[in-house]
Amino acid sequence: MNGIVGAMFSKDFMDELLKPQQLYSHRTLKTVLTRIAHASIMRLNPASMDRLYELVVMAFKYQIFLCPRPKDLLLITYNHIDTIRELVKDTPVVVNQVGETHRKIIEVYSSLSEGEFQLLRQTLLIFFQDMHVRVSLFLKIQVQNPNGRFALSTSGPVPHGIDVPGLIRTFDGKGREVRRSEFPSGGSYSSSVREGCFELHGDRVIRLGTDMYTVNHPEETHTPKHTFVKTDITPNLLAKEELNLLARLMGSMKAEKEPKAETGFWINLFTTDQEEEEAGASGLAEEPLFEVIHIQAMQDEQVTTELARIAGQFAEEEPPGNLNSSKGDDLLAMMDDL
Amino acid sequence: MYHKEKSIQIKNSASALYNNLGVLRIAPRSLTYFTVVHANVVNMVSASWDGLNYSHRQLQSKEPNVATSTSLIMQAAFCALPSRDLLVVTSQKGIQIYESDGSTMVYWHALDTPDTPTDQAVFARGISAVGNSYICVGDSSGSILVFDVPSKGSNITLSDVLKGHKKSITDIASECSGSQDCIADLISADDGGNLCVWKSGEEFQRFNNIPGFDISCTSVKLWKGTAVAGYGTGQIRLYEAVTGILHAEVNAHARWIYSLDIAPFSGLLLSAAEDSLVRVWHLSIKPESLSVEVAHLHNECVTDTQICGAKFCDGDGHAFAVTGYDLSEIIRYTQS
Repeated sequence: MNGIVGAMFSKDFMDELLKPQQLYSHRTLKTVLTRIAHASIMRLNPASMDRLYELVVMAFKYQIFLCPRPKDLLLITYNHIDTIRELVKDTPVVVNQVGETHRKIIEVYSSLSEGEFQLLRQTLLIFFQDMHVRVSLFLKIQVQNPNGRFALSTSGPVPHGIDVPGLIRTFDGKGREVRRSEFPSGGSYSSSVREGCFELHGDRVIRLGTDMYTVNHPEETHTPKHTFVKTDITPNLLAKEELNLLARLMGSMKAEKEPKAETGFWINLFTTDQEEEEAGASGLAEEPLFEVIHIQAMQDEQVTTELARIAGQFAEEEPPGNLNSSKGDDLLAMMDDL
Repeated sequence: MYHKEKSIQIKNSASALYNNLGVLRIAPRSLTYFTVVHANVVNMVSASWDGLNYSHRQLQSKEPNVATSTSLIMQAAFCALPSRDLLVVTSQKGIQIYESDGSTMVYWHALDTPDTPTDQAVFARGISAVGNSYICVGDSSGSILVFDVPSKGSNITLSDVLKGHKKSITDIASECSGSQDCIADLISADDGGNLCVWKSGEEFQRFNNIPGFDISCTSVKLWKGTAVAGYGTGQIRLYEAVTGILHAEVNAHARWIYSLDIAPFSGLLLSAAEDSLVRVWHLSIKPESLSVEVAHLHNECVTDTQICGAKFCDGDGHAFAVTGYDLSEIIRYTQS
């Protein structure tokens, strides 16, 4: 954890990230996340990385989609940062990095207006468009529907600064209210709760961006075969700019520990190929569009210690090529050697 | 009051943008055109009134004669002038004007886009026809570009740049095109909630400034001298345009309003927001008291959808259409 947080919150990487820039493509973001994930002794095979990426993006989509007011994007971000700070609290060097990043984010974003935050949010929503991967945890707690779309409630408290719908006020030429009438809102809204804190420390009030796993359970992602429509909007020039950006980002990412094949080990988040096929076949009867993939994220301490011991015994293995062949392969391959 | 009709499927899903639905009714051909923006593409559908024929077309945002370089589109809207109908598409790079069926691009205007991104976004947004021959388009700096449009052909020229806003333009609307005479016929709104009221002509005049409250006015309409504005607070406010007097304020929605539309012959008002609700209201002007009354008529809930576009399909408000973020269809409703 310290490895990952340390790499992600390094000054150079964050400085690069906080420069004004265009929206990333999915390919770029996945490459960056893969590199971050590998900044520790953990290794994920490509299929597992794909699933992890989908899980991360869907959780991210959920938070942006349901963000109550545009500037609450900051509160959601601060929830994440607060949690990360807690995770690495025993490593002062990394805590400092997180704190520095938090300060920089406050500096860069605090002056944006609500309209500008909404534009930011609208741009991010383009990134998530057409992704409807079902996540078992989200289905279970009913924030996501079986069709993959997130539940939008028409009840509950309205966001801070918004009035409960239902009132029509009419005024005369002198600005005096002359009439009030009500209309059915079609929902059951209540008044807003207090506003969250935008400082370095404080109660953020909103829950988006906090830990969604209140109970340990094995999670599954159901991946429909053709759900993710690739929006390939990268003509040559755009791809080149993106690769340049990627090169700068990779160059500024210094992993705390250089991944050494001897100490690393590969996690196959899947059961054996045969079991997968069987699961796929049995699932076909009820849900012809889906392959059921089981990921067991075990949080049992004894198991993880055991894993670490076994890891030491794993033989060196060649990492399978984790990039699909497309333009810029050579450049990206070069970056992997950084 | 309204019931749902068969939806029109579109090639990609709608992006979360204000006023993300364009509608043009072509009575002589019994057709209606719809436009829905998805990232850097405009999806156009031509729907025959008998419901039997649909044809699709996609327009990309790009400079003419430049093979690559697309940019994100902010808005696409039809401009109906007395002499011709045109389709205007605004993006981060510039403004494109097409024939109304999307077949030919007749004009391109490039914005001053910096080479490397700065922390100020650059884009054009806010589109309206006004008067006999003008098309107005707003931009991220708060300027409004006025284009003079000939009755035929591509000799469109930039004739004026209106300064009245300091924040990015969100929406522009007009009334009284053609023969009618109005004191003011154009209204523009910005990200700070400010409204400017103008009179078009050889020289555009600014008649009034209605200040906002630091919350975006995302959609604005002008009807019988009344400015109807929707805000990020979910409120709709009605002002007398030339004086700025507030007639009415409605706590209409629980989230940001994304689209307003008015059916001019009946005074029906349509509002749609991220809270998944579309509401139909009736506006009536009381000449004795010179006040405007707002009555609520109808709600439609598009489950789990943040609505981004809602427009009447005809001047009476007999039918309306709705788009939502991540939805690949245009949902239609007709009066029962």
